[in-house]
Amino acid sequence: MALKRKDILGLEEITREEIELILQTALSMKEILSRPIKKVPALRGRSIVTLFYEPSTRTRTSFEIAAKIMSADTSSIAPSTSSVVKGESLKDTILTLRAMRPDVFVIRHQASGAPHFVASLIPESVINAGDGMHEHPTQGLLDMMTILEKKGKLEGLTVAIVGDILHSRVARSNMWGLTKMGAKVRFVGPKTLIPPEANRLPVEVYTNIEEGLKDVDVINVLRIQLERMKKGLFPSLREYTHFFGITKKRLKLAKDDVIVLHPGPMNRGVEIMPDVADCEISMVTTQVTNGVAVRMALLYLLLGGTGDALAS
Amino acid sequence: MRLLLKGGRIVDPSQNLDTIGNLLIKNGKIAGIGQVESGDLKPEQVEDVTSKVVVPGLIDMHVHFREPGFEYKEDITTGSYAAAAGGFTAVACMPNTNPVADTRSVIEFILCRADEVGLVKVYPIGALTKEMKGEEMAEIGDMLEGGAVAFSDDAFPLQNSGLMRRVMDYCAMLNTPVITHCEDLSLSDEGLMNEGITSTILGLKGIPREAEEIMVARNIMLARLTNCKLHIAHVSTRGSVELIRHAKETGINITCETCPQYFSLTEEAVRRYDTNAKINPPLRTADDVAAIKEGLADGTIDVIATDHAPHAIEEKETEFAIAPSGMVGLETAVGLVITELVKPGELSLANAFMKMTAAPARILGLDAGTLEIGKPANITVIDPEAEWIVDPSKFHSRSKNTPLKGKKLVGLPVLTIVDGKIIARNQEVIA
Repeated sequence: MALKRKDILGLEEITREEIELILQTALSMKEILSRPIKKVPALRGRSIVTLFYEPSTRTRTSFEIAAKIMSADTSSIAPSTSSVVKGESLKDTILTLRAMRPDVFVIRHQASGAPHFVASLIPESVINAGDGMHEHPTQGLLDMMTILEKKGKLEGLTVAIVGDILHSRVARSNMWGLTKMGAKVRFVGPKTLIPPEANRLPVEVYTNIEEGLKDVDVINVLRIQLERMKKGLFPSLREYTHFFGITKKRLKLAKDDVIVLHPGPMNRGVEIMPDVADCEISMVTTQVTNGVAVRMALLYLLLGGTGDALAS
Repeated sequence: MRLLLKGGRIVDPSQNLDTIGNLLIKNGKIAGIGQVESGDLKPEQVEDVTSKVVVPGLIDMHVHFREPGFEYKEDITTGSYAAAAGGFTAVACMPNTNPVADTRSVIEFILCRADEVGLVKVYPIGALTKEMKGEEMAEIGDMLEGGAVAFSDDAFPLQNSGLMRRVMDYCAMLNTPVITHCEDLSLSDEGLMNEGITSTILGLKGIPREAEEIMVARNIMLARLTNCKLHIAHVSTRGSVELIRHAKETGINITCETCPQYFSLTEEAVRRYDTNAKINPPLRTADDVAAIKEGLADGTIDVIATDHAPHAIEEKETEFAIAPSGMVGLETAVGLVITELVKPGELSLANAFMKMTAAPARILGLDAGTLEIGKPANITVIDPEAEWIVDPSKFHSRSKNTPLKGKKLVGLPVLTIVDGKIIARNQEVIA
């Protein structure tokens, strides 16, 4: 089986079968990461452009490493040092880059829907590496892969996503992906950080952390930004931590074999306590590794690969 | 010059008239209705309008013609062409030009340019405050003398209630209407679309209905205080309709308008991040659309205007967040009114076209919107059965920003007549 879509823009539109294909392929790809020589020729001669309109370390590096392991060539464009500062529009930037004949565009943009706009302009594949408050599909996939590895399944699990749901593209991608795979999703956070009409989404909403964490299999902690506090969405970091911070004590509300995820970067001592962030049930570094595998899988599948594992 | 419109269904809400017959135009004025015959008219002065509907020339009391300052989007010439093609014989244009229409000289410039173009009647709306900054009252009286027909800061609504009260007091003294775009900017807070489940899924910051409704309520209260003629622009929510209905019941001097987009489209039009569907107020929900139709039917909503808001292609071909708000509307209005309101039986033909003729004329105090004998022969002839597909590339407007591309509509303006002269036929302008 191969992916039939041109672009990966979000997990809302992807089918369960496609998610299964991507995750299975990613598990195969992860084996490559454990080899002493991490190089396969699968994408030799292919060209990938990463275009990040927002600062990013892990996502961009993850895509670049994923591409390089499969022998693709990568070009990294930072708008702050490109023609964008001269006022060039996104459309013109894309059309200019496209003329250099890359095969895939990886785009992060602060505006929701920007990758959709780009995908509508060009026939090449576009991967959404995070768009505004909309989706971050590769993060959603790597989170699912991490849960699948640790729990052996997704079906029937309960996942609490805790924190700033309102502004989180990670929360939205997790919601679509996990519920398609048969998991239950909870949004947990202060009312001011829960999106409007969230009760109409396929999730349960909790504004009480103790209730929200009760008997969950996975806690996915989101980053709290200082900027939100300044905008008056909650009174202080101190108060947020008091009411919603993930502490060892609160972990006890969840199932005994709970795991903790965080998309990073973490605010230690704010949304997650250091002893939780560094304990054995924290999956933070595993998530990063799985991110490379997921991105390898997506590049491979979008560029015509099938789900068969690569030969050693 | 004599022109006979022969055999049409003549619908004039201003006279409660709905009859089949002929309409005679003489020297630019309406000379007769009913059984008037062609007599000694020459054949080329007879237009057979059998099976067509003859109504007073349509008036759009809310357009943006962008001149002076933003002629790359639209100018008075292209805007007039779009109006004529869409069946409008008169428009009132908002003051958010550059420079802002906040002085008599800009008002007179607009009138002068419209006169040079010589197609439809263009009535300028002056700004309430200098540069529409919401700080100091503009020279409203001077602009009124210069030809402004109403006053508004439109998309830059006054947030300061004290200043709003003073401009309404001043306009009440001058007996001129104040038109308000109702938006509490602290609540809309740079939102991009209607707040709700769709904005949540799309990750676009939402604008709650209350951002509109709070200001509708405030302005109603200030209208009660000042007895100013308040006209609320582009009503888009159920709550606004209910507030206005209640205000009218209590005798407050208030009128309002909605636009075809608010009874034809929902927020779902934004689903693919279509920047052409980014408008302000934003497209709302099916429940709001139902409320707008109810408000139109029961008379709460007086006027159908278009809020024709042209933007250049390159401004809309961009990220949703930075695209300007607005869509063009002059050339699709008649089709949407008949398709969405008249054909489904939401409004009678007469009621629908009253809101595009007599009602805006009454609110703006124009000598228009009627087929009374002796009045200027401003007339629109509509084929209510004509089916057509919206093709923005054929628009006369300089801008093509509409989310309606490819939509099938019923109802087409086939003749637009200003002062007895045919200026457009079958959506083509006869310059």
